[in-house]
Amino acid sequence: MTNEQLKELLSAKFPELSEWDESYGLLSVRVPAAKNLELLQFLYNDPAMQFQFLTDLTGIHYPDRAGEELCVVYHLHNLVANIRIRVKVYVPVAAPDVYSATPVFSGANWMERETYDFFGINFIGHPNLTRILNVDEMDYFPMRKEYPMEDPTRTDKDDEMFGRG
Amino acid sequence: MGRPVQYNENSKVILADIPEGYSGEGFMATKFDQVIGLARANSLWPLPFATSCCGIEFMATMGANYDLARFGSERMGFTPRQCDMLLVAGTIAKKMAPILRQVYLQMAEPRWVIAIGACASSGGIFDSYPVLQGIDQVIPVDVYVPGCPPRPEGILDGVLKLQDIVKHESLRRRHSEQYKGLLSEYGIQ
Repeated sequence: MTNEQLKELLSAKFPELSEWDESYGLLSVRVPAAKNLELLQFLYNDPAMQFQFLTDLTGIHYPDRAGEELCVVYHLHNLVANIRIRVKVYVPVAAPDVYSATPVFSGANWMERETYDFFGINFIGHPNLTRILNVDEMDYFPMRKEYPMEDPTRTDKDDEMFGRG
Repeated sequence: MGRPVQYNENSKVILADIPEGYSGEGFMATKFDQVIGLARANSLWPLPFATSCCGIEFMATMGANYDLARFGSERMGFTPRQCDMLLVAGTIAKKMAPILRQVYLQMAEPRWVIAIGACASSGGIFDSYPVLQGIDQVIPVDVYVPGCPPRPEGILDGVLKLQDIVKHESLRRRHSEQYKGLLSEYGIQ
């Protein structure tokens, strides 16, 4: 199945899909946050699709895109026909709510925890949405592009050690 | 006919000097400080806490070429209960800090710590939110070995520096107000 056929099949089923892209031959599509689980379920179950492997799930922060600053990216792989697809969901940073993919892909569990840990995306329906890599006491989301390169408020740095005391 | 065991006069092995004391025929009197310090210094039991590339250099240090065993640290113990020299070799993430601290707390007195390499000493190049900026933020450190990573010679030098500290340390130092003050700074009783 080519990207064009895949695109036709998907847009017939989900007319709300937008921002189709084919950079480096990888079909990429944007889905509204309310519909992401439905789309993932369809991609998983439909006999023509069979995207049953979640290669990666991560977040991106676009500070300049007002109202849709945070993005969640799913990389899916059809291992039978060896086709890949990339699904993107955009949410505002003020209310970063995305439905969890764990009902479809159990492997999404830790990846969503990581995405929550670094980008603060609130995965609705996740069984255990807690920090996975950073310390539990951390009260910010470090991969968001909202911090200066060198944070002057940090107290844990010993400037003497870096020759700038 | 030679004796079955001969004293090799050409040996380059340097024996530890006899500590200062008063000796006469058949006896020698000296201070516990010196004898016990000498014994401790030449039988430090290393506990490697290796998390990254400095750990590889430490492995070379323990290996045949550099052979830390020459200085009495023959056997690594992988339990804090038996060891008295904690060698922290590598980047310590903030999430690892409580574990490192627990390992230190489980060691019995007397205990010494060597921070091997830039990361353990200061956070190194990882001037970043998840990395502890030097293990001396959570446990007291006796010797810092610079380098990224330090060569095995550097680690050996660090161990020798520590031996110096151990040799000349008063047995009562660990009961001193200064030492107790140091530990209480770290919240350790």
